[in-house]
Amino acid sequence: METKNVMIVGVGGQGSLLASKLLGALLTDEGYDVKVSEVHGMSQRGGSVVTYVRFGEKVYSPVISEGEADFIVSFEKLEAARYANCLKEGGKIVVNVQQIDPMPVITGAAEYPENILEELKAKEVFIDEIDALKLAEQAGSSKAVNIVLMGRLAKYFDIEKEKWLSAIEKTVKPQFVEINKKAFELGFSS
Amino acid sequence: MKKLMLGNEAIARGLYEAGVKLVSSYPGTPSTEITEFAAKYDEIYCEWAPNEKVATETAFGASLRGARSACAMKHVGLNVAADPLFTLSYTGVTGGMVIFVADDPAMHSSQNEQDSRHYAIAAKVPMLEPSDSAEAKEFVKEAFELSEKFDTPVLFRMCTRIAHSQSIVELGERKEIELPAYEKNPTKYIMAPANAVKRHPFVEERTKKIAEFAETSPLNRVEKGTDNKIGIICAGTCYQYVKEVFGDSVCVLKLGIVNPLPEKLIKDFAAGVDKLYVIEELDGVIETFVKNIGVECVGKEMFSPLGEYNQTTIKKAFGLELPKSVKTATAVPVRPPVMCAGCPHRGMFYVLAKNKITALGDIGCYTLGSAAPLFALDSTLCMGASVSGLHGFNKVGGAESEKTTVCVIGDSTFMHSGMTGLVNIAYNASNSTVIILDNSITGMTGHQQNPTTGFNIKNEPATAVNIEEFVRSIGIKRVRVVDPYDLKQCETAVKEELAVNEPSVIISRRPCMLLLKYVKPKPALKVNGDKCVGCKMCMKLGCPAISVKNGKAVIDATQCVGCAVCTQLCKINAIEE
Repeated sequence: METKNVMIVGVGGQGSLLASKLLGALLTDEGYDVKVSEVHGMSQRGGSVVTYVRFGEKVYSPVISEGEADFIVSFEKLEAARYANCLKEGGKIVVNVQQIDPMPVITGAAEYPENILEELKAKEVFIDEIDALKLAEQAGSSKAVNIVLMGRLAKYFDIEKEKWLSAIEKTVKPQFVEINKKAFELGFSS
Repeated sequence: MKKLMLGNEAIARGLYEAGVKLVSSYPGTPSTEITEFAAKYDEIYCEWAPNEKVATETAFGASLRGARSACAMKHVGLNVAADPLFTLSYTGVTGGMVIFVADDPAMHSSQNEQDSRHYAIAAKVPMLEPSDSAEAKEFVKEAFELSEKFDTPVLFRMCTRIAHSQSIVELGERKEIELPAYEKNPTKYIMAPANAVKRHPFVEERTKKIAEFAETSPLNRVEKGTDNKIGIICAGTCYQYVKEVFGDSVCVLKLGIVNPLPEKLIKDFAAGVDKLYVIEELDGVIETFVKNIGVECVGKEMFSPLGEYNQTTIKKAFGLELPKSVKTATAVPVRPPVMCAGCPHRGMFYVLAKNKITALGDIGCYTLGSAAPLFALDSTLCMGASVSGLHGFNKVGGAESEKTTVCVIGDSTFMHSGMTGLVNIAYNASNSTVIILDNSITGMTGHQQNPTTGFNIKNEPATAVNIEEFVRSIGIKRVRVVDPYDLKQCETAVKEELAVNEPSVIISRRPCMLLLKYVKPKPALKVNGDKCVGCKMCMKLGCPAISVKNGKAVIDATQCVGCAVCTQLCKINAIEE
């Protein structure tokens, strides 16, 4: 099988590391060769963050580059646009419609491009929009945005839902398993 | 058992399996998790040391006593540890000793892009470099064998993409090594001239022997390609990019020992291919060696010494076809990292910016105070440089500088190497004002304990350095503590301390708001839209939770932690609980 590429992008502090941990655990259990590349440190302080997840028979590079991603899961609208150039022809973007203003927008040095997703759609990019914050709150915690999005991503994967749920049990702290399972279900079925 | 592991976690596993007894480190991205994961094994004594020099010397002591030991640091940390390193090369080891050093090409979280391989060459010690987590674990065990076999400390190079990438690792068992009886060996370990002069020839001889070892070691391997037109020499993460692009179609010499380099192996490999390339991030270290031994190759003519590579870098350099990709015509605004909402550093930075104070900065989260809209810093050089730099700045700038200039340094950085600069200020009578931003943790690297926090690496209670008492004990009489959430208190303190003609220290103390053990976020504040006149005073703080929508300030409830610093700027009290 050809190596599959998933990018998880967002704003530092939104919980993308847990999403990649979940995905990594699931794919390893499925018997794939897996590589997950994260960035720690400074960018975690509210900066733009990106995590690469690659799986297949044999994975070499830990990173995903231009035109290579099968999926981009974005925790925020602007970040989906920032990394859209990494999307493969025919790839899919799952995006949380939340808007988080970056500092240049807050200080007035730049404007938030409100119609950025429409611009991508006009270029025939497949975009699946989801209000993950609302669903996460519905599940019991605004912090569960990451798992709502994983639930949505699962719709496009050929891996049974039960396996995702058991991967959640393995990766999430016991006290948060129920909330996260609910968040996953809401993302999956919404 | 197989496990998906971060490169740094795999190293920790390697330390465990290699029977290592002691790990001493100072945190630094991207090396921090090596020691954090090692601390999870009860068989290994682990600690955070105040700095990399102390950590390296601690590991030396453990080696001298006969145990396998290690220390881990980021690339710039090796600059701090360079002093013990160069002479450790002469003394060699008793128990195996490995120094892990993590480079950060593209500077994801660093102040420079230095290439640590130069240290291996300069200090004349071997250096290993793995390409993924599985190799990282195995190379750790090889590194200890090498260290003991050749009586040398071993440098172990990581880079961000290996340290912070997860890949699959096969777990092994720990090999426990009994501590031998201590034997005194002054001619080997007392590096006074008479002894050192005898150790230097040993070092030169050792390098030759390790180079010979590298010729046939399985850590260096040739992968034959389906044809011989192209041969590529690479190591570390570049090996993965080369395989990603070329698969098995080209010949690859994959180096696991990046110092010393195997002359004959390289010459033989070069002879078997039509054209030789060296692909390495940062400096052309391998390339220089290859050219020096008279072998023709292409390296930095085609590849940049800047930043990280990936598969696209290689495809572009070789003129290969790139996959199609979309791009938006609309510019996407950048999203630089910022100080968190409720960050205790913000209040002090606002006061410095408001009063147009020159501030020499240091290394940590508070480097972010340099960004818009605060622009509160004037310099950031290296760990501790703010304090020593301020002293020099004021000594030549005189009264004018002394009344308008401060430095800011975090608690952990102060322990690392700010203390010595402060001793210099006291000793050499500098009218300098030092601000210690004490957020009770090592923040930027992800919340590691340090000597001021009262806890050790395992979160057990530990002796805490009392910063106020330390400052007084070195002869500085003026020490005061302020709460950075109280702007008025901060401003008064800064103005008063700048005015006096003697050294002074202001401790701006409040725990990092991400430190949930101590900090309970308060409910988010709200802007009363009827009152708000849109004056944007609150925007001067650069708080990511505050923005202006339709001419009125708005507070993002998902980010606000109710620190109420903004309420102190709002003249019409429009920000409410």
